[in-house]
Amino acid sequence: MPFRTAPMLSLSLWPGVLVAEAPQLGVYIHWPFCAAICPYCDFNVHPVRDMQTADWRVGYFRALEHAQHLRAHGPVETVFFGGGTPSLMPPELIGDLLADIDRRWGLAADAEVSLEANPVSAPQSHLQALRAAGINRLSLGVQAFDAAALKFLGRTHSVAQARTAFEAAGGIFDRVSLDLIYARPGQTLAEWADELARALALAPAHMSLYQLTIEPDTPFFKRHAAGKFIMPDEALAADMYELTQASCAAAGLPAYEVSNHARAGHACRHNMASWRGGDYLGIGPGAHGRVSTGRGRVATRALAKPAAWLESLADGVDGADGMAETRLLGHEDVHAETVLLGLRLVEGVPMSRLEALGVPLDAGRIADLRAAGLLEANPQNLAVTQAGRLLLDRITDAVLAD
Amino acid sequence: MSVQKNIRNFAIIAHIDHGKSTLADRLIQITGGLSTREMQEQVLDNMELERERGITIKAQTVRLDYEASDGQTYQLNLIDTPGHVDFAYEVNRSLAACEGSLLVVDASQGVEAQTLANVYQAIEVDHEIVPVLNKVDLPAADCPRVCGQIEDVIGLDTAGAVNISAKTGLGVDDVLEAIVTQLPAPDGDADAPLKAMLVDSWYDAYLGVVVLVRVIDGTLKKGQKIRMMSTGATHLVDQVGVFRPKRETVSDLGPGEIGYFTAAIKQVADTRVGDTVTEDRAPCADILDGFKPSQPVVFCGLFPTDSSQFEDLREAMAKLRLNDASFDYEMETSAALGFGFRCGFLGLLHLEIIRERIEREFDIDLITTAPSVVYHLHMNDGSMVELHNPADMPDIVKIDHIDEPWIDASILVPDEYLGAVLKLCEDRRGRQKNLSYAGSRAMLEYALPLNEVVFDFYDRLKSATRGYASFDYQLSAYKTGDLVKMSILVNAEPVDALSTIVHRERAEMRGRAMCERLKDLIPRHLFKIPIQAALGGKIIARETIAALRKDVTAKCYGGDVSRKRKLLDKQKEGKKKMRQFGKVDIPQDAFISALKMDD
Ligand SMILES: Nc1nc2c(ncn2[C@@H]2O[C@H](COP(=O)(O)OP(=O)(O)OP(=O)(O)O)[C@@H](O)[C@H]2O)c(=O)[nH]1
Ligand SMILES: C[S@@+](CC[C@H](N)C(=O)[O-])C[C@H]1O[C@@H](n2cnc3c(N)ncnc32)[C@H](O)[C@@H]1O
Ligand SMILES: [Mg+2]
Repeated sequence: MPFRTAPMLSLSLWPGVLVAEAPQLGVYIHWPFCAAICPYCDFNVHPVRDMQTADWRVGYFRALEHAQHLRAHGPVETVFFGGGTPSLMPPELIGDLLADIDRRWGLAADAEVSLEANPVSAPQSHLQALRAAGINRLSLGVQAFDAAALKFLGRTHSVAQARTAFEAAGGIFDRVSLDLIYARPGQTLAEWADELARALALAPAHMSLYQLTIEPDTPFFKRHAAGKFIMPDEALAADMYELTQASCAAAGLPAYEVSNHARAGHACRHNMASWRGGDYLGIGPGAHGRVSTGRGRVATRALAKPAAWLESLADGVDGADGMAETRLLGHEDVHAETVLLGLRLVEGVPMSRLEALGVPLDAGRIADLRAAGLLEANPQNLAVTQAGRLLLDRITDAVLAD
Repeated sequence: MSVQKNIRNFAIIAHIDHGKSTLADRLIQITGGLSTREMQEQVLDNMELERERGITIKAQTVRLDYEASDGQTYQLNLIDTPGHVDFAYEVNRSLAACEGSLLVVDASQGVEAQTLANVYQAIEVDHEIVPVLNKVDLPAADCPRVCGQIEDVIGLDTAGAVNISAKTGLGVDDVLEAIVTQLPAPDGDADAPLKAMLVDSWYDAYLGVVVLVRVIDGTLKKGQKIRMMSTGATHLVDQVGVFRPKRETVSDLGPGEIGYFTAAIKQVADTRVGDTVTEDRAPCADILDGFKPSQPVVFCGLFPTDSSQFEDLREAMAKLRLNDASFDYEMETSAALGFGFRCGFLGLLHLEIIRERIEREFDIDLITTAPSVVYHLHMNDGSMVELHNPADMPDIVKIDHIDEPWIDASILVPDEYLGAVLKLCEDRRGRQKNLSYAGSRAMLEYALPLNEVVFDFYDRLKSATRGYASFDYQLSAYKTGDLVKMSILVNAEPVDALSTIVHRERAEMRGRAMCERLKDLIPRHLFKIPIQAALGGKIIARETIAALRKDVTAKCYGGDVSRKRKLLDKQKEGKKKMRQFGKVDIPQDAFISALKMDD
């Protein structure tokens, strides 16, 4: 079945307009396949056996071609290979995609090129191949430094394997980050303190530390609803979060976003740009993109099913571009996204930017939140305090006028 | 006009769910009132809510023709009545239109509170009563035991009792014969001036106001100019008819007959139930006793959740009131809830039904405030003020004393739950008046203040007795009580819609219970929220809703932002289901749930 986008928004109507002071450009490339699907994961993921059923290359190249209609103006400053498990991608494909990106937009000489890797698919030789293909930043899914926890999370690697992968990566890439999932069922504050200390002992320059989230439509959701395991209560989760902030700051890795910590200068440039409202092209099944055009900010969402996505792009009937949706964001959308994403950052959002966008803010509630120490006092900037960060969702809701 | 001696008028009375409407179905079916195709279960319960809840709310009258075993044809006028205590008034006026009653008793349950309440009313108006033991198809049915109860407790002879299953139709023929042989024909003089009792009236979309009457003397015909004796208003009759149960016009209604007329009457409010209808040209000499109008006993505020729907709500109220004069309303303004209406109801079920009809038939989301009763405030200057709304309580120094309504309650309960029921009644300031036994069932009579009963007494009673108790009450008198207004302060500001009138001795306990409930009902906010109960300036109870500690999404990347956005919208949507009060969002249902107590 050929897929079409709504004609009104068909990409040919969106010639790459040269936007004065176009925001920084990044490319997000989604590789949806995983060797084992984690029971907590709600990303667009598919079993690795699907990976062998088709040649996905053509889809990715066509998608880049279409994206160029949306935004022609480069250069690309950051590329992020996410997933799924992009460490399963043939390094050759990665190299070719980067070359294509460079050809279309120009890839900045100091571009950050990140890739998410699973310790299972990260033997040293493979890491070297990835490096050779152009990857310079690796984000390693360690998830836990505890065998039982890894098992619970459905991870197929051991603690030792993750450690080895991390150490190997350190010698190969400019930058390496590791992901951990904490606030797990049964985990105590002391256990987490200990686990975090072990992570910090590896002296990473960047860490993503996520509290386990029970996402709808995941195996964990069902098991949790059935009472198979009990999540830490709010007080413990809050204590764990606070401990994380303190330990990381003391180790020189303060938070720069709700769940992301880095040594000075080591924040993930790609993600930073997207939280700051920058442009990113969403390439690959289910990928989302945000692009500023002459007509406004456009949101794209690619078809999530890999086969449907590929078919749409390969056929190209009626300009089919693999997109499930391409739509112009309304003012309200832009306002909400700006605040929603910006407040996640420790730096917050400059008031001048909010004013320029005309974001309707609730001045009364903002004053209250400042007085309560949940928002930073600086009137030039809208930013949550460390205490406020734990309540970010509510605060986001409160600051936006009803 | 039928031969007067062949008319039988009877009401079917019983406790809730003992099978009145089902028996009416069988009687209609057997006498051919409706074809099998037209028949449905409880066919007379034609309101949507009646069908849904399986209860009768409005009494319904049907005329049946029955050819008895004596070879003669009889005109039977049947009135199916509601069993629920809120609608006791419907029973009362139905009885007044008849000479006899069928007392239906579920043979698997036995005599219950409304069995007694209703049969005593029937005895009071000198009815011949035929006991009908229903549901004999059920294995638990025990006719001899239930007959014993009827004799012992009510003092009714059961020699003429009929055992039936209204469900299967077993024994229903015998009911028809018993009606003909045991119930009397109506008296009345066909040659006397017209004298008819106004039994009921309602608004019909096609006919306008329809008036149900029982003719006592004389004849009611089309073209007659009739007079309402209480007001003197006159109307020209333009249609006379009966329900079988389908509407059918007849040429006239003679003595003893029950039927309806229409006469271009503008609104139901122009008719008074119990009024005497006569002919303007030749009026009857005396007026029927009539009955006192039904009085709303429970009051509460109804507010539109969406304040822009206030006018729609006003319209809905007016429309419902057209057909239900027992429901009262007046405009109310609340600092917390904005514009709405203070409404009076016959009881909680009545309240619930009206509320549901507004929400469903008019598509208006409502906030309901705590139900309250009518207090009589005796002021220092000697005047008396009726207080329908605790928020309107005047300055205490101007009040000499406050009277509150009391009820006489009768409760039937298996012996093993007696202790629990006694405790409940005592907790609610009850005074025991009598305790007797019918077999292993205790029959308890209690005087209780209505304000202790109005809200959740029935629910508590049911849960304390696993549903085995039955309950009936009647308003008795106003009595002086040590009553005070209790205010609730949320975040240090009084919320008028949460204030209540309580007995001073119960204030602290109620205050504590309300604060505890509100603590659970109001979601945590970014700041802590004190909740206090106060009598005047004195705080008598206090709880604090702790500030929220954590509400943050752990991961949010490009793809998640649309989803996060939806979450944010949902949060905003959820807030619309709350009422903002100061800086605190209070959920709509808190205004009523706050009162629920788990004693
Ligand atoms: N098994 C059995 N069930 C019956 C019989 N008669 C009525 N019922 C059931 O009892 C329930 C109540 O019957 P209704 O006829 O609605 O009772 P009611 O007395 O009119 O109830 P209210 O009008 O609410 O007071 C229904 O579920 C009937 O189906 C019977 O003879 N046998
Ligand atoms: C898209 S995943 C990629 C992980 C990679 N495929 C791997 O296997 O290591 C990115 C990160 O999000 C985090 N994550 C995913 N689902 C999560 C959840 N439900 N709760 C908390 N963190 C989650 C994990 O730490 C994960 O490493
Ligand atoms: Mg009924």
